[in-house]
Amino acid sequence: MSKEEKKVNRRDFLYTASYTVGAVGVGAVIWPMIDQMNPDKAQQALATTEVDISSIEPGKSITVLWRGKPVFLKRRTPAEIAEARAVKLDDLPDPQKDEDRVKEGKDEWLVMLGVCTHLGCVPLKDKGDFNGWFCPCHGSHYDVSGRIRKGPAPTNMEIPKFEFVDSNTIKIG
Amino acid sequence: MSEHEYVPKSKAAKWFNDRLPLLTLGAHLTDYPTPKNLNYWWTFGGILTFCLITQIVTGIVLAMHYVAHADLAFASVEHIMRDVNYGWLIRYIHSNGASMFFLAVYIHIFRSLFYGSYKSPREVIWIIGLMIYLLMMAAAFMGYVLPWGQMSFWGATVITNLFSAIPLVGDSITTWLWGAYSVDNPTLNRFFSLHYLIPFLILGLVVLHIWALHVPGNNNPVGIDIKKPSKDTVPFHPYITIKDAFALLVFMIIFAGFVFFTPNVLGHSDNYIPANPLVTPAHIVPEWYLLPFYAILRSVPDKLGGVILMFSAIFILFVLPWLDTSKVRSAVFRPIYRQFFWILVIDVLMLGYVGAMPAEGIYLVLARVGTIYYFLHFIVVMPVVGYLEKTDPIPMSISEPVLTGGAEPSLARKVNDKV
Repeated sequence: MSKEEKKVNRRDFLYTASYTVGAVGVGAVIWPMIDQMNPDKAQQALATTEVDISSIEPGKSITVLWRGKPVFLKRRTPAEIAEARAVKLDDLPDPQKDEDRVKEGKDEWLVMLGVCTHLGCVPLKDKGDFNGWFCPCHGSHYDVSGRIRKGPAPTNMEIPKFEFVDSNTIKIG
Repeated sequence: MSEHEYVPKSKAAKWFNDRLPLLTLGAHLTDYPTPKNLNYWWTFGGILTFCLITQIVTGIVLAMHYVAHADLAFASVEHIMRDVNYGWLIRYIHSNGASMFFLAVYIHIFRSLFYGSYKSPREVIWIIGLMIYLLMMAAAFMGYVLPWGQMSFWGATVITNLFSAIPLVGDSITTWLWGAYSVDNPTLNRFFSLHYLIPFLILGLVVLHIWALHVPGNNNPVGIDIKKPSKDTVPFHPYITIKDAFALLVFMIIFAGFVFFTPNVLGHSDNYIPANPLVTPAHIVPEWYLLPFYAILRSVPDKLGGVILMFSAIFILFVLPWLDTSKVRSAVFRPIYRQFFWILVIDVLMLGYVGAMPAEGIYLVLARVGTIYYFLHFIVVMPVVGYLEKTDPIPMSISEPVLTGGAEPSLARKVNDKV
C-alpha cells in the first residue's frame, strides 16, 4: 500500500461499520444471558409480607421471613428507647438517630432486616457489648437500635420499607 | 517437542497419523525428555490429574441422583447416602476428593515456590496453574453449597456477600448472583449448573498447563536449564510414569483412609442440619483449604479492606515471577531465601489455624501478624533477598556436580548413571 492510499477509504468504513453492528449484536445477545440471572417474577412476587404483632409483649421480639431474609420486629420498652436515644452520634460508626429508624408515634416498634451488614449472617439477640445484637460470624456488635457499634460491619442494620396497616398489623415491603 | 520425527510402523497407522497426528502426540508424550533428578515433589502433577478425573467421574454419577432444589436437595443427598447403591461410597469419594485435590495442589504450589518453577521461562505455566487454582476454589465452594445444609447455606451467604463490599454496584451484583433477595432456590440451581461446568473448564486449562510445560520442559530440583535429550534426561515413559504411579498409590492409600475411616473429619457437622435462613450457626467456618484466606479477611476491621486484602492474597501470586529478582531458580542454592520459604509455609499454616478459631483475642493478633508477613514475603522479601543474596554455586549440569561444594553429594554419585 503506498503512502497516498493511507487516507480513509471505503474499506475502512466497511470494517468500522461491520465491527459496530457486530458489537451491538453481541451485546444484544449477551444482555439476556446476564439479566436472566436477576430475580425472576416469582421472586419479585414475594416482595411483601404482613405480620400480626398483637401478641408481642414489650421487650420481646419476633423474627419473620421476608424475601428469604429474616426481619426482626422488636417491641422496645421505654427504658430501651431512652437508652437508644441517649447515645451520642459521635460514638456511632454510621451516625443515625434512633428517631430516624422507627415510625413517628410508633417509637416502640423497631422493624429491621435481621441481616448483618458485614457478610449477611443473622445476628443473635440480647447479646454483645451494647445490649442489642451480636453477629457470631465475624464479631459485629449492634446496639438496641440495631446500629453498628463495634466490629467489621460497615453500616447499621437496614430498615426495610414497612407500614402499619392497622394497629395490630405491619406490612413489610 | 520430540527431537526426532515419529513414523508409525503400520501402513494404517501412518495413513491415520498423516491426517490427524495423534500418534505423534502420543510418541511425544511417551518420549518426552524429563530431568532425571525429579524427586517425589514432582509427582503431584500426575496426582492432581487423577484427582480431577476422580471428581469428574464421581460428580457425574452423583448428578444422576441429586436434585438441585432448595426443598429437595438435602433429602436427595441423604437419599444418595442411604438408598443409592454405593451412594455413600461415591459421595464420600467426591467430598473427600475435594480435600485431597486441595492437599495435592498446595504441595504442588509450594514445590513450585521452593524450586522456582514459576520463574522464566515458565511464567505462563504458573499463571495458568493459578487460574486452575481459582476455578478449583469456585468449584469447591459451589459444591459445598449443594447439600443445602446449614454450612452450605451460610457459607454461600457469607461468600456471596463479599461482593456486596464493592462500592455502588455491590448490592446489585449480590442480588444478581443470588437471583433472589437472599441465598435461595435460584442460587442453588445456578450453583449446581456452574459446579458441573467448572471441572471441564479446569480440564481445558490442564491441557494448556501441560502444553505450556512441554515447551520449555520440566524444571528440576537443581533448577538449571538442561539440554534435551541428553545425559541429564530420561524418557517420560517408563521412568516418570512408574514413579508417578508409585506416588499415586501412596496418595490413594491416604485418600482411602479418609474415605473409609474418617469420611466426615474434614467436613463440618452443622452441614447435616438442613439449611435454615433464620439461624446462623454459632461458628461458621469455610472448608479447611480456604481457611488462610478467611483469616486474612477477618484480620481487617473493615469490610471493603478485608475483601480487597483477601483477593490480593491470591492475585499477588500472579505477579510472583516478576517480584522474584533472583537469577537462581532453586532454593537449594539460595541459603537466605530458603529460610524465608519455610517461614512462609509456617505463616500460611498458622493463618489456616487461626482462620478456624474465633476472630478475637490472641487469634486476631496472630491473624494480623500472619497477614502482614504474608504480604511482606512477596512484596519485600522476594525482591530484596533475590537482589542481595549470595547464592551457592550451581552445578554445570545435573550429571556434573559443582567442584566447590554446595550441591547435594548425591549429584556426584549420579555421574556414571546409565541414561
